[in-house]
Amino acid sequence: MLVLGQDEKAKYPFLADAGEYLKDKGFSLTQFGTDPVLKLSVEKALHRIKVAAAGEVYKSDLIDGYASKDYVLEREVFSFLLAIVLIKLTGMSTLVKRFALAEARRAENYLEKDLGNASNKSKIDLATRIIHDLFNIEIIKENDFFVIPVSDYLKHSVTFHEREWKLINRHVENGKVFLTPDKTVRLIRKELGNYISSKIINAPKPSMIPGLEVIVNELISISKKLTPTYTITTGEYPPCIKHAIDVLEKGENLPHSGRFMLATFLLSKGQTVQQIVPLFKNAPDYNPRVTLYQLNHLAGTSGSATKYTCPSCEKLKTQDLCFITKECDNIINPLQFGKKRK
Amino acid sequence: MMNEINIKFLEDSFKKYYFNHFDLITTPERTSEREFGYQKFNSGMFRHISIKDDKELHLLFIQNVPSDVYCSNAYYSFPNSPMNEKDWKEADLIFDIDAKDLNLSCRKNHTVSICNECNEISKDVNRCLKCNSSKLEKKSLPCKNCINASKIEVDKLSNVLMDDLGIDKENIHVYFSGNEGFHVYVFNSQFQKIISKERSELVDYIMFRGAIPETFGMKKFKPNRSLFPDFNQKGWNGRFSKQVFGSKSRRSKIISELLVNGYSSFQKTLDDVSEKIGVKIDPNVTMDVHRIFRLPGSINSKSGLTKILCTDLTKFDPYKDACFLNDDSVEILANCPIEFKLKNKKFGPYINEKITLPTYVAVYMICKKLATLV
Repeated sequence: MLVLGQDEKAKYPFLADAGEYLKDKGFSLTQFGTDPVLKLSVEKALHRIKVAAAGEVYKSDLIDGYASKDYVLEREVFSFLLAIVLIKLTGMSTLVKRFALAEARRAENYLEKDLGNASNKSKIDLATRIIHDLFNIEIIKENDFFVIPVSDYLKHSVTFHEREWKLINRHVENGKVFLTPDKTVRLIRKELGNYISSKIINAPKPSMIPGLEVIVNELISISKKLTPTYTITTGEYPPCIKHAIDVLEKGENLPHSGRFMLATFLLSKGQTVQQIVPLFKNAPDYNPRVTLYQLNHLAGTSGSATKYTCPSCEKLKTQDLCFITKECDNIINPLQFGKKRK
Repeated sequence: MMNEINIKFLEDSFKKYYFNHFDLITTPERTSEREFGYQKFNSGMFRHISIKDDKELHLLFIQNVPSDVYCSNAYYSFPNSPMNEKDWKEADLIFDIDAKDLNLSCRKNHTVSICNECNEISKDVNRCLKCNSSKLEKKSLPCKNCINASKIEVDKLSNVLMDDLGIDKENIHVYFSGNEGFHVYVFNSQFQKIISKERSELVDYIMFRGAIPETFGMKKFKPNRSLFPDFNQKGWNGRFSKQVFGSKSRRSKIISELLVNGYSSFQKTLDDVSEKIGVKIDPNVTMDVHRIFRLPGSINSKSGLTKILCTDLTKFDPYKDACFLNDDSVEILANCPIEFKLKNKKFGPYINEKITLPTYVAVYMICKKLATLV
């Protein structure tokens, strides 16, 4: 386990053991409901959650990761731990998600600075150790870059949709990917968020602390206002699907990948295997038995019971199946086509 | 469908091979963790089979006389359980390079069309010359050019594997597939445990797919000539330079042209470059981590040739080095409009003629559906 200094705990408060930290400092949770000095930490915690709920990143009182006074550092850590307590008391999962994301991005900033700090080896060591201990990725500094094994890079980057994250768009040499500090940290953003939210989810739910009821209620109402977005659908098919249907209707050959796309798309839209089969009857190699078998397989009604889903736009591009139009509107999967957020 | 007499003949010939050449069949490392499968002529696939050792494998061959035998590149805890209960552990990286995917101009010269309706055989056509049906089965008798072009792809692949992906030469094994190309295996690499989605990314890298202009120095705004790659760079940057600039002296001039033509034109350049320097592998094979892949040493029933290890790829000649069937004479009715070469001898063309030929030639043509036993 990492041994952290006070300033490091302030930067990466999720690494601290909450219970132990409070005990070390000689406080109990109930004191935060009443003690006027500690109340400042509670207010800071509330602020921290509100900022996160608004989709922004909390700016701490640290300057370049340092604080003028010890109590400032202490309050940084307290406010984080209390924020978790408050969120647990609200029981709102929306707050867990938003808070974890915001805190992950905050930590990301520090990790990036620490990695990029060429003059301070101990800072780089800490950041690489955090990444290793938390996410089991071995990164090594090589000149201005951080190098990680290609296989580790792939494990984390495959969920990214931006083309720049494709391996082909990275400097790759001798089994290693070369990354700048910001890309290194960006690579683990999701895991960092997951790590923080799992810490919150796994923390025990405390009983209500007298004096904090008003704050907890305020947070509950904030959370409720964060209404989920709903969508309306035009019902039109995306250009890739239209194209595939066209090809089949003309009796031309649609490659296996195209058939896979079409079938998984229609299945996801709620069509049944029986409804889809006729689409393929014009294919030059049409065989009703094989088509039925394959469709049932994709639908998960036979074989391994895995339900297959429609490939991403990125994947379809590399398979020459994408026929993008303006109407695609930056979607990342054909299934999202025509959905408007309200 | 092939008739009984032909099947009996092929089975007998295959059986003799398996009896005499079992030494060529390499039981893969960690045999008991692999899934095996096989096909018989005119029947479906038998798979989810586990095998302990050489002896059991030998028995499978002799008892079943399969047309084709396969083995997983994956390692499982329970290889003979249904797919979702096998407990997948890891898988060797595999690559399939096939002459038919290389868009070679020679191909039309040695492809024949067999009509599914009337069985008429003709040189490559889109409609049957006799009954005008469009349901045609294409068979190719790959030529020397096909094999050489495939070898070039194997070399390109090996270079990317070694230079970019850090794989040791001794962990790359190249096999002739038994028909039209090569199978490449990578053992003991950092990629053993990566899953299908991640392998798909690796495929795009190897095929040079999905590259953006920025990666090769072209920015959308305020482009800057100092960002373009150079010859001595490792990986795709270096290969890109060699392909696009040609020579060091032309580099500067071509960069100027690229800058004038702009960003979207550069994207097109990348797509052209991809076609030339990308390695032409079959993406589906490498992505699939549950595949059963032709077993080294077994016969490919599309040709009667053996899938065999190529120790010296440059010198390797499949029509000599992968042809192991016997030369007992047999009379066949051949309808093969294309000339071909086996064991250094030329055969064909045969236009609907009865002829007596060595077994290995007869098998080759029967497998290609261009001959039947009399």
